[in-house]
Amino acid sequence: MTIDLPFIWAAIIAFAVLAYVVLDGFDLGVGILFPFFPEKHDRDVMMNSVSPVWDGNETWLVLGGGGLMAVFPLAYATILPALYMPLIAMLLGLIFRGVAFEYRWRTRRAEFLWDGAFAGGSMVATFAQGIALGALVQGIPVENRTYAGGWWDWLTPFSIATGVALLVGYALLGSTWLVMKTTGDLAARARVHALRAAIGTLVAMGVFSLWTPFLEPAYLNRWFGWPTAIFSVIVPLLVLGCFLLLLRGLRSEHDSQPFLAALGLFILGFAGIGISFYPYIVPTSLTIWEAAAPEESLVFLLVGTIVLVPIILTYTAYAYWVFRGKMDPEEGYH
Amino acid sequence: MFDTALLARLQFAFTVSFHIIFPAFSIGLASYLAVLNGLWLWKKDEVYLELFNFWKTIFALAFGMGVVSGIVMTYQFGTNWAVFSDKTGPIIGPLMGYEVLTAFFLEAGFLGIMLFGLNRVGPGLHFLATCMVALGTLISATWILAANSWMQTPVGFAMNGAGQFVPTDWWTIIFSPSFPYRLVHMVLAAYLTTAFVVGGVGAWHLLENTAYRRSYTMFSMAMWMAAIVAPIQIFAGDLHGLNTLEHQPTKIMAMEGHFQSHPNGAPLILVGIPNEAEKRVDYAIEIPKLSSLILKHSLDAPLDGLDTVPDELEPPVAVIFWSFRVMVAIGFALLGIGGWSLWCRWRGTLASNRWLHRAAVLMGPAGFVAVLCGWVTTEVGRQPYTVYGQLLTAQSHSPVDAPAVATSLTAFVIVYFLVFGAGTFYILRLMARLPRDPMPELEEGPIRSAGITPAQSHKGSAP
Repeated sequence: MTIDLPFIWAAIIAFAVLAYVVLDGFDLGVGILFPFFPEKHDRDVMMNSVSPVWDGNETWLVLGGGGLMAVFPLAYATILPALYMPLIAMLLGLIFRGVAFEYRWRTRRAEFLWDGAFAGGSMVATFAQGIALGALVQGIPVENRTYAGGWWDWLTPFSIATGVALLVGYALLGSTWLVMKTTGDLAARARVHALRAAIGTLVAMGVFSLWTPFLEPAYLNRWFGWPTAIFSVIVPLLVLGCFLLLLRGLRSEHDSQPFLAALGLFILGFAGIGISFYPYIVPTSLTIWEAAAPEESLVFLLVGTIVLVPIILTYTAYAYWVFRGKMDPEEGYH
Repeated sequence: MFDTALLARLQFAFTVSFHIIFPAFSIGLASYLAVLNGLWLWKKDEVYLELFNFWKTIFALAFGMGVVSGIVMTYQFGTNWAVFSDKTGPIIGPLMGYEVLTAFFLEAGFLGIMLFGLNRVGPGLHFLATCMVALGTLISATWILAANSWMQTPVGFAMNGAGQFVPTDWWTIIFSPSFPYRLVHMVLAAYLTTAFVVGGVGAWHLLENTAYRRSYTMFSMAMWMAAIVAPIQIFAGDLHGLNTLEHQPTKIMAMEGHFQSHPNGAPLILVGIPNEAEKRVDYAIEIPKLSSLILKHSLDAPLDGLDTVPDELEPPVAVIFWSFRVMVAIGFALLGIGGWSLWCRWRGTLASNRWLHRAAVLMGPAGFVAVLCGWVTTEVGRQPYTVYGQLLTAQSHSPVDAPAVATSLTAFVIVYFLVFGAGTFYILRLMARLPRDPMPELEEGPIRSAGITPAQSHKGSAP
């Protein structure tokens, strides 16, 4: 039996992207919720709840990008030009929100500007990521190892819809994070937003699931052909289960349950997309084997990844543990 | 006129030039913070903790700007340089992958604890976190310079049917011929740059005659660093130059302004105006035979000129000629200040010599200029290739329409000047305040301010 290196790497890249989505998802979500919490004190607490960890969360995006270049260079070289505009918008959004974490505490006069940069940057980055996802699902034409489409191909009703859906989804992660990390009035209002965002997310997942199979015959066969149709039954059931857990968590005193249930929703949605995509890495032009780097590259990076990712997860978990528990509204980090 | 390739190059040059400023500063500052943190634990002197907190806030700002401008770089290879990415991804990609795995996560994981965690984890673990951040910056520099050095002096690869570079020997790739020199030169540059920033700030406060002990400690530490590192850096730079002569002779020809070959010893052109059309240096002031002495250690050693290179494979001479001279001039100016500080220290006037302090303030940002000029020299000197001798820049860019690149370039220029301009302003304001003083404009602590209690702040905001 030979080891299928491209498959292993596809799984690792998928893991990095998922880690990015759920981790940066909640701190982007906190930014998306900023307009609903106009009070300075609330915003201080909200931002401080993610200040110590946002940078690590965003590093998974760098791993996703850098890793894709290393192990699927052809995918990197065709997906990125295809998603040119949304990716540039995402990068600019991430610049504004990233610097806001520090700038905001350096001025009182212009604080409202950096609050705006944090909220606006988070929304732009999220919307752009959603559009990128939608455009990827729709498929990217490749000829002669280069992207063969135009630079506005990504703009479709479907990609706009996925952009909006991701805004709602990250708002869910952000609001359930706040339920878990904050107290009092702030947490109470976060609950209200979490409930709305949860319903929105469920609707968005439903629309996405019904729309996707009709974009590409390959997706239709995957979801309604045997034996993969089993997933078509199991995944929606699990989604409903997570949704109910989320609702119960919001009504009870188990403040971490809504966040964990929201993570579950994201993992299920991500798995669903993965099932649709497989075996493509550039739907529906390149499979993971066609886009894979030479074996020497795959092996070299895999050795380090197997050793280093568990270590990274360990000290990342430690960093989260250091800042565990409810925020003390009077304890500022800055 | 502006095609995709040129716009993509402009965009890369612009974004990477902004980006390199922050790592150059944060590599040096992270190590300085680790030293301050260690001195505080060792000597139990509160001055070191005050200095640590003073520079920590500045580090957080610079590091944040480095992170967001760095993410742009990660994605720019794919958006603007797709062909390059497809072909070199199997080699450059894993090197950058290791940078993320060994350095970026380490920095990010411990940065939160270093910045905000002292009271939560205690001084020992906090010191460990500071050291991990410093280590992360150095590991990051190692990998990215390995990647860059391979592009300058590519070895250890074969080509496959798809036109991709395939690694044959990773050890050779990582330790490509120019890597050790480039790494040492860059890390020393980061240390020297930071030393002059710290020294400039200390000198500023000494001139203002305030908070004597803290300012003097800062200034004295920085001047020790300058006096020790500046001569080493000049020596390392010379070795790097000899290495470049061996592996990228064309770059040296451009740096030296040698349009013609000199079979009987080449002159060192101090200044002049390179005239690329006529292939000569106008108004040159030169010292006969000195270039051969420096590069070949012999007065009469022959040195080839650009006349031995086909025109289309020459880098642009004027840019490299000047950027190299500015870098060297700044290097010697920093050496001069380092030496001057030793003299004043010996005479006991380090704290009182106002001319030295003024010079140190003036040279505070000089290191950044030298770093940028050094990178311009080496990167423009690699032209017309992205992978030296192997892959032409003109064949590396993405199949993207020029208006798309022009739009993103415009957006980056506007956003970078706005955002990083504001950040630089905040950093300068933080530098101008004294250690332990409250933030300017924020007379009370930013969060625990007495006027803001939870009860008041929630007024009228019930759901």
